[in-house]
Amino acid sequence: MSFANVTLELLSGFGMTCLLFILTLAFALPLGLIICFGSMTKFKPVRYIVRGFVWIIRGTPLMLQLFVVFYVPGMVFNTPIFAPFGDYGRFVAALIAFVINYACYFSEIYRGGIESISKGQYEAGQVLGMTKGQIFFKIVLKQVIKNIVPPMSNEIITLVKDTSLARVIAVADIIFKAEEILSLKALIWPLFYAGAFYLIFNGLLTLLFRRTEKSLSYFHS
Amino acid sequence: MAYLEVRNIRKSFGSTEVLKGIDFDLKQGEVLSIIGSSGSGKTTLLRCLNYLETADEGQVSLNGDVIFDANTIKQESSDQIRTRRLNFGMVFQQFNLFPQYTALENVMLAPNQVVPSILKAKKAEFKIQYEDLPFIERTRTINREVRKYRKYLLDNNKEMAKELLTRVGLHDKMGNYPCELSGGQCQRVAIARALAMRPNILCFDEPTSALDPELTGEVLKVIRELKETTNSTMIIVTHEMEFAKHVSDKVIFMANGVVEEAGTPKQVFDHPKSEKTVAFLKKAVEDTEYEEIGAVDNV
Repeated sequence: MSFANVTLELLSGFGMTCLLFILTLAFALPLGLIICFGSMTKFKPVRYIVRGFVWIIRGTPLMLQLFVVFYVPGMVFNTPIFAPFGDYGRFVAALIAFVINYACYFSEIYRGGIESISKGQYEAGQVLGMTKGQIFFKIVLKQVIKNIVPPMSNEIITLVKDTSLARVIAVADIIFKAEEILSLKALIWPLFYAGAFYLIFNGLLTLLFRRTEKSLSYFHS
Repeated sequence: MAYLEVRNIRKSFGSTEVLKGIDFDLKQGEVLSIIGSSGSGKTTLLRCLNYLETADEGQVSLNGDVIFDANTIKQESSDQIRTRRLNFGMVFQQFNLFPQYTALENVMLAPNQVVPSILKAKKAEFKIQYEDLPFIERTRTINREVRKYRKYLLDNNKEMAKELLTRVGLHDKMGNYPCELSGGQCQRVAIARALAMRPNILCFDEPTSALDPELTGEVLKVIRELKETTNSTMIIVTHEMEFAKHVSDKVIFMANGVVEEAGTPKQVFDHPKSEKTVAFLKKAVEDTEYEEIGAVDNV
């Protein structure tokens, strides 16, 4: 198998990796905020349930969660619920598992960010007659964003690499493709070559995060 | 009848009673200093006036209107409380400036938040004013007028903010972020910010306690100038005895959650009646002397 053929094969897998990454991010970022508010609410039953859920998701391996999402609904309802998605059934199952898992991690990052804002900032807004919404959007939000950029970039870079776990339910990501070449053609170098794809992708992300951090460095909270 | 009347304010945190029935009156244009050792409840009292804490009992009235009543406060909406809060301005010990905004933006922020609701009311007025115009032209005219009015309001706020910052001596620091300012400058921005909402009474919670000694002067000077030039009504919680003595019309000494002694600065500082006041003032003088000796040693 030539270098060009391997590259093409890996690229098709990498497309899947990117798709999983981007969609996970798109759904998990807002869902994380909802979970975050749930884990901070004054209404105790909701808070306990949400915190218990976060504990379970963060306390068990993502690989296990992939199996649970893919197999358990079918076993419970006795019908293949991912069947309507056809070829994409496995992908959808993986996406759901990733979104839930990462939303829980993001929610904890959000919570840390919100709790790091001093009470004085809220009080200063209150005594100036601002509403809760104005205080959150005009005063708190930007400081929270500044505070969570470093842990967020960490988590997002981890997500890029974690997408490779999706191959355990046979989602054809880049590592899946490389392993296929390994078993069919007895070539091991495509696996290492796949690593270069991750490296470049994460390099670009790192640059992006550094720029974001820099653009927020004009103030200290 | 006094301008501000505070009656029987009580506040407990858990089983600790921090305020055990505070009463005092204040006339318009008067400056009140509240002194007392740490933990005597001075700050809590100020926070109760600003609705940052809710007193368990008591009443506050301003200009004859009851603006706080512990019995009915629970039934009031957050909007009502928000409006009443604007009677009081507040300057915090830790400044609490908004770090992502410049000095000017810090001062303008709160006034600008009110602009949309003013515009909404104005738009309703325009609707009546241009009733006779045909629909499309009417909409266009109203939108144009609203835009013009919005710009007018925002420009106005900006001018006011600039004026306030100039008044506190920071005309050359308007574009600076809080992290680029000294503590004294930050506190002066905070004073300008509090003035921007035109409070009836300006409250200071130990405004110089977080500052280096050489920076307290500039903040105290601004407060003194406020008294002299605008005749503002102010309540100042402070540890600066000399300042309290010279700037205030009235002094309250608090100990263990009660008003131990109240009167003119002359009465409280020169002829204290209560033994606790005497002891507190003696200690304050000793501390100041000690600090001064320490300062000499450091040189």
